[in-house]
Amino acid sequence: MKKQEDPENEGLLVRRINNGTVIDHIVGGEALNVVKILGITGTTTESLSIATNVPSGQMGKKDIVKLSNRELSKEEVDRIALISPGATINIIRNYKVCEKKGVEIPDLIEGLVRCPNPGCISNTNEPIRSRFLVTPKGLHCAYCDWVIARDITSHII
Amino acid sequence: MTRHIISIRDFDRRQIDRLLDNAKRIDAQKYDRNALCGKILATLFFEPSTRTRMSFEAAIARLGGTSISVGSVEACSMAKGETLADTIRVVSGYADAIVIRHPKEGAARLAAHFAGVPVINAGDGSGQHPSQTLLDLYTIRQSMKLDGINVALIGDLRYGRTAHSLASALSLYNAKLHTISPKGLELPSSLITELGERGMEITDHQEIHDIIKEVDVIYVTRIQRERFPDSASYFNVASSYRITPELLASAKKHAIVLHPLPRVDEIDPRVDQLPHAKYFEQSKNGVPVRMAMLLQVIQ
Ligand SMILES: [Zn+2]
Repeated sequence: MKKQEDPENEGLLVRRINNGTVIDHIVGGEALNVVKILGITGTTTESLSIATNVPSGQMGKKDIVKLSNRELSKEEVDRIALISPGATINIIRNYKVCEKKGVEIPDLIEGLVRCPNPGCISNTNEPIRSRFLVTPKGLHCAYCDWVIARDITSHII
Repeated sequence: MTRHIISIRDFDRRQIDRLLDNAKRIDAQKYDRNALCGKILATLFFEPSTRTRMSFEAAIARLGGTSISVGSVEACSMAKGETLADTIRVVSGYADAIVIRHPKEGAARLAAHFAGVPVINAGDGSGQHPSQTLLDLYTIRQSMKLDGINVALIGDLRYGRTAHSLASALSLYNAKLHTISPKGLELPSSLITELGERGMEITDHQEIHDIIKEVDVIYVTRIQRERFPDSASYFNVASSYRITPELLASAKKHAIVLHPLPRVDEIDPRVDQLPHAKYFEQSKNGVPVRMAMLLQVIQ
């Protein structure tokens, strides 16, 4: 990560990418959680740049994540909404933004978070993925009715 | 209406009323004894609950059908080797409906997902047990209208799932809830919030004596000895929550006492003789209510 030099030109903060995805307007400090939600770890092949706590006119501080050579699917994008509903997604092809989209909070998320209830059937060896309904109160386990009200990222599988 | 019966929360008031009306007709012997002739009910009990199972077996037999089951010991070894999903897929091929009881919460929903036939939840972990709730409601309705009644829930309200499901069903009838429980065994705060949002009035009381004159239903649940550090503190608590004829002397005339059974010390045996005592009636009502459930899912 480079040090912030020019708040007006945040795009230069990290190298421009040829093809891939830029996730902008992430709530300040949440970039690493966004990366976690997308399942990107040291062992996956994407090249990744992260800028955190970049001064932003609208948001005060924001984070940016750039992913080379990977276009995110709708399902992946919408997961980001769980922690940063204001994030915007720019799909880059040949150095140009060719698609810009917001994130939408999904109704249902599967296989992303683990149910915190140790007695829940979804925490056994059954051939199922975890299944949570997204409600105003939080994530509602479709199996045992447990509700994850806060700190969703700590439950990511 | 889905053809599975998994949680009482999946029911609206109209659906509950219809099921209870059907149970009432059955209770009055107005039903076709061959309605489920040739139908097979599989009872899969991964933890023992002899009475619930017998009650379902009696229900299918009275409707002309038969039941098949695995003994709980085999069910355990089945649980060790095979996933529930596979067991359910296999048993779906043998039966027209499955009744399941399982120690894990959400097991019945999983079963419904993999089953090719209707699934009825007979209790999953500390989760749902809708047939118990329906028979509780049915028993109350035999004595009074459900609307606006005052119901005292007494005993272990933290782990007592029958009390949770009953409370959430009663919220559909504008009932008022009175809770009396030992410290540490109170109704979970998430449930209190949820019931409150549904417009239910809930009042907590120190002792059942404080409210005995006002309540229509006294729903007693078992306080388990293992929830207490030693037997002295258990007996101390248990005795102060005991229902006695002396206590009931100041109750409303039509007030009824319910208990999902088996009881231990929660109700004085002398109460059995009083008109308030409806717990054996309640247990007997399991059959017509479960018959109505089977008719709903299989027919
Ligand atoms: Zn769960």
